[in-house]
Amino acid sequence: MSSDNAASTPYLIRGATLPDGTRTDLVLADGRIAEIGSGLSRAGASVVDAAGLIALPGLVDLHTHLREPGGEQSETILSGSQAAAVGGFTSVFAMANTSPVQDTAGVVDQVLALGEQAGYVTVQPIGAVTVGLAGERLAELGAMATSRARVRVFSDDGFCVSDPLLMRRALEYVKAFDGVVAQHSQEPRLTEKAQMNEGALSSELGMVGWPAVAEESIIARDVLLAEHVGSRLHVCHVSTAGSVDVIRWAKARGIQVTAEATPHHLMLTEDLVVGYDARFKVNPPLRRREDVEALRAGLADGTIDIVATDHAPHPIEAKDCEWDAAANGMVGLESALSVVHASVIDTGLLDWNDIARVLSSTPARIGRLAGQGQGLLVGGPAELTLYDPAASRVFGRGSLAGKSANSPYLEMTLPGRVQATFHRGYATVLDGALRPAAEIAAQGVRTHG
Amino acid sequence: MARIVLNQADITRALTRISHEILESNRGAENLVILGIPTRGVVLARRIAETIARIEPTATDVRVGSLDVTMYRDDLGQTRTRTPTRTQVPGSIDGVTVVLVDDVLYSGRTIRSALDALGDHGRPTIVRLAVLVDRGHRELPIRADFVGKNLPSSTEERINVHLLEVDGDEFVSIDGGAAEDAS
Amino acid sequence: MRHLLSTKGMSRDEAILLLDIAEDMADVANREVKKLPTLRGKTVVNLFFEDSTRTRISFEAAAKRLSADVINFSAKGSSVSKGESLKDTAQTLAAMGADGVVIRHPASGAPHVLAESGWIDAGIINAGDGTHEHPTQALLDAFTIRRRLHRGAARGKGLDGVTVTIVGDVLHSRVARSNLWLLTTLGAHVTFIAPPTLLPMDMSGWPAEAGFDLDAAIDAGPDVVMMLRIQQERMNAAFFPNSREYSRRWGLDDERFGRLAPTTIVMHPGPMNRGLEISSAAADSAGSTVREQVANGVSVRMAALYLLLSGDREDS
Ligand SMILES: [Zn+2]
Repeated sequence: MSSDNAASTPYLIRGATLPDGTRTDLVLADGRIAEIGSGLSRAGASVVDAAGLIALPGLVDLHTHLREPGGEQSETILSGSQAAAVGGFTSVFAMANTSPVQDTAGVVDQVLALGEQAGYVTVQPIGAVTVGLAGERLAELGAMATSRARVRVFSDDGFCVSDPLLMRRALEYVKAFDGVVAQHSQEPRLTEKAQMNEGALSSELGMVGWPAVAEESIIARDVLLAEHVGSRLHVCHVSTAGSVDVIRWAKARGIQVTAEATPHHLMLTEDLVVGYDARFKVNPPLRRREDVEALRAGLADGTIDIVATDHAPHPIEAKDCEWDAAANGMVGLESALSVVHASVIDTGLLDWNDIARVLSSTPARIGRLAGQGQGLLVGGPAELTLYDPAASRVFGRGSLAGKSANSPYLEMTLPGRVQATFHRGYATVLDGALRPAAEIAAQGVRTHG
Repeated sequence: MARIVLNQADITRALTRISHEILESNRGAENLVILGIPTRGVVLARRIAETIARIEPTATDVRVGSLDVTMYRDDLGQTRTRTPTRTQVPGSIDGVTVVLVDDVLYSGRTIRSALDALGDHGRPTIVRLAVLVDRGHRELPIRADFVGKNLPSSTEERINVHLLEVDGDEFVSIDGGAAEDAS
Repeated sequence: MRHLLSTKGMSRDEAILLLDIAEDMADVANREVKKLPTLRGKTVVNLFFEDSTRTRISFEAAAKRLSADVINFSAKGSSVSKGESLKDTAQTLAAMGADGVVIRHPASGAPHVLAESGWIDAGIINAGDGTHEHPTQALLDAFTIRRRLHRGAARGKGLDGVTVTIVGDVLHSRVARSNLWLLTTLGAHVTFIAPPTLLPMDMSGWPAEAGFDLDAAIDAGPDVVMMLRIQQERMNAAFFPNSREYSRRWGLDDERFGRLAPTTIVMHPGPMNRGLEISSAAADSAGSTVREQVANGVSVRMAALYLLLSGDREDS
């Protein structure tokens, strides 16, 4: 079958289970969900047997590091898009800490265009809050907002906007275009040379600690600033029980704050540092079991709005070294759904409807991203993923589709498997396998016109 | 099945004879230092020194000590890490006669190590070797001056030396090897 | 023993064995020939990513007394700062046929990474990693205490019931951490005294007491007082107001020293800041072991090198 033919091929998905538990068929045609119901048929459609599979709206990651431009040895927009598709994502928000930094309309539009060329997912650029992430003066937020990339999320992620006045101004300024500031909450003075969670284990290992208060104090300050100026604040990668409490308090006060937790903070704990394997080095660091429990509870009660991966690829040499010298970060796109499954579905805290909310509709809404996160509705965009919840696999290098292998889950057994992902009506993953780049690029060109 | 080749009385008799021979070859107990090689050589050295003191009441201070050879072995890289024991050399050994004492003389490598160790402590005029059992199979040109019992053996056989101070009982036995397999 | 990376996890039997062998090694220093042929043909690399002449020459003397060949690789300010990684350095040393690597590194855990990486098959001795551990320092401290208490009859003994008060910058001290685990494994009771800013944030897992009051600790009559060095860089980082105030509250000055029992052992891992954490009278007193610690360091490091390098490498 030629890729031109594939472009126009409708899909008939048979016997899928919707997040609410009902079984149905779905027809995808012309980039839309054409029909939902039982006993559907469609002439000329490719049939996908989805018996036993859950149909989820295409996943949306509000926090992805794609590394291009500038860090192509660890990831490109193409390879990161492939990792996303394999993980069931149909859209990723690309963090601004590239080189050059995504702090002008030119750079964000370039990232947008490269995402469209790759064609696996919608790549929505995030704009930097400050020029060069330097924390000194505001980047051209308005220009990025009105560029073709329509940037709505602004973040200096990797660095905290620690200057309170600058943070206040950023929060105020983005109101002009319904933007949101996504803060990497880390008080820099309290975390100088920090290597791991501060506590009994850091005391024993003699590592400089990253205290919970360094995160919590910035979140407390920022929610009060957001309240004061009436702006939207998004808190990246919440990692401590205290942070969950502060956000819960802020939400009770009616402050417009949203928050994310990463899959790794929902599953892994600081004990993993003991072997000095730098795959477990991440910022914010892995915390205590109590923090993991608090994050899960916060996700369950809505204090934490979404799960975002903080997918952070690094080349081998950045991790194959002594702990202090190693880079922070883990890849997470390919494993995210399985890790969330293990952490909050298997523990009975969330159901699949909740997963659709925290991994699709709410992140799309926070990021004001059109065409994503709209659920599985007739006439809606054909963005969905088919997930086999009964599967179990030993997660390995072959489970990764991006360029880098710095996954903390290698050799761990994880539940579930993404069987298929559909973006703009075409399959990016089918039968558990990534579709070839040339085929997908052709689809991207066709659908983006 | 182990076969007893020397019982406690045999061992005592052998040590008494060795003590006499040492005195005879040294022409008395003057300038004599007896150094045992741990573990059982040290016990034997002490007994020989006591026996000499009994035979020659004028020999008031037969000097006795221990010489650990672990650090001088030539097979350190090929076996498990050995635990050394204490070396106690009683005073200077320059210009004296040193009698090295060990329980079993076999390849001769232990004695070679002992000679090297001894050289790092001083320069005796004469070094002699006393062993309770000589079982043959020398790999180096080394020979004992005083032997309790010659015990030709095959390399598959084991010689066990038990002494009261170390083992709680006392005998020399031989086991393993072809002779046993046949029985 | 495959590697010597930490005293945490070291068993009492292992520790006593090493200390006993160190006694034998100490005896060698009193002989006519102060050298053993034991490690002839073996190569020991001193791989120092931090300056520490004292520790390096102690290991060098230990290796040479055991007849090993010694290569000193000072990685600080050389190729490493030009981007050569620990991995590249380790592979270079492996290619040179290093049997043992003595590593000093500013990163906690670096010796562990070196031992586990597969980059090199040598026995690894941690000569100080970041603010984590410095096991041979603790072993020489234990050796010194045991010798003071038991003289010639130290072999086979632990430190049961001995009270040790360790004073100073515990937070940044690898010596304190290694002593904590080793001394308590040997049966001693350890108390840490420091300004609150220089104690680790959470010591709940430490089998030791902690406090802020040096005078109370002195009056409790410890068997051993160990003063830790105050690094110059702490002075400017708001850990305490200034050296005068530190010295007044947490220094072993003449007055406090005078209140100690004459049998109290006074230790310092060196180099000392005389007049800051310890007075000259205390440092030079009969109770002070500062000079013995240096001599004992060589004996203990000989024992460590012997245990790591004398067996076949399959022996773990
Ligand atoms: Zn971040």
